[in-house]
Amino acid sequence: MDESVRKAVLGAVPSLRAFAISLCGNVDRADDLVQETLLRALANIESFQPGTNMAAWLFTILRNHFRSEYRKRRREVEDGEGRYAETLKTQPEQYGHVEFREFREALAKLPSDQREALVLVGASGFSYEEAAHICECAVGTIKSRVNRARTRLAELMSIDGVDDFGPDEQTRAVMAGGGE
Amino acid sequence: METAETRNRKSDSRPAKLSREVQARLGQQLRSMYDDVVNQGVPDRFTDLLNRINVTGNKDGQ
Repeated sequence: MDESVRKAVLGAVPSLRAFAISLCGNVDRADDLVQETLLRALANIESFQPGTNMAAWLFTILRNHFRSEYRKRRREVEDGEGRYAETLKTQPEQYGHVEFREFREALAKLPSDQREALVLVGASGFSYEEAAHICECAVGTIKSRVNRARTRLAELMSIDGVDDFGPDEQTRAVMAGGGE
Repeated sequence: METAETRNRKSDSRPAKLSREVQARLGQQLRSMYDDVVNQGVPDRFTDLLNRINVTGNKDGQ
């Protein structure tokens, strides 16, 4: 395997894992999904176009594999709550624990189409166009899924306005914003 | 500590569109959760996997 390919694949692993966890809701399953994705990708590495986005290519393979193999196991997978919380050591200190838990549970309740669109655009840093390519749908479809995901999240968490967020996060937002 | 239930009772009406601020806060929480995994780096099993494939060469030989 070409060293630059190997580096590009390895470099994508952390965000592949984060995406996989958001799909499966269970760290062990997510890591298995990533492993199977890497094996598939490397077996078909000649179909990767050099110079194009390696992460987007791997995300596409992971998503397709998840949809064909993992979604049917979803029910049994969704008990992964505890294991997921275990791996997230820093988070509960950054935000109120209850609030973070609420967010995670709300995210898990979203329809999977909406959740993946929101994660790809809102967290993985893909453009709407790239997300549409990964999800094999129109750009407008991604946009509407992201909007519906946000609205549904706010509903599930009963958020009507910024005052419903915890003070820790408001402090963080003010610091991150740097204005006023 | 205010919970989702108490907030629910506080207000039944839902704005049709989320404010920019609420969208930004939701985005922060999402990224924070995601980045927490990203910051764990590459677990050994994946480095090992790629090293193993490197040694084996391409996978046609199976």
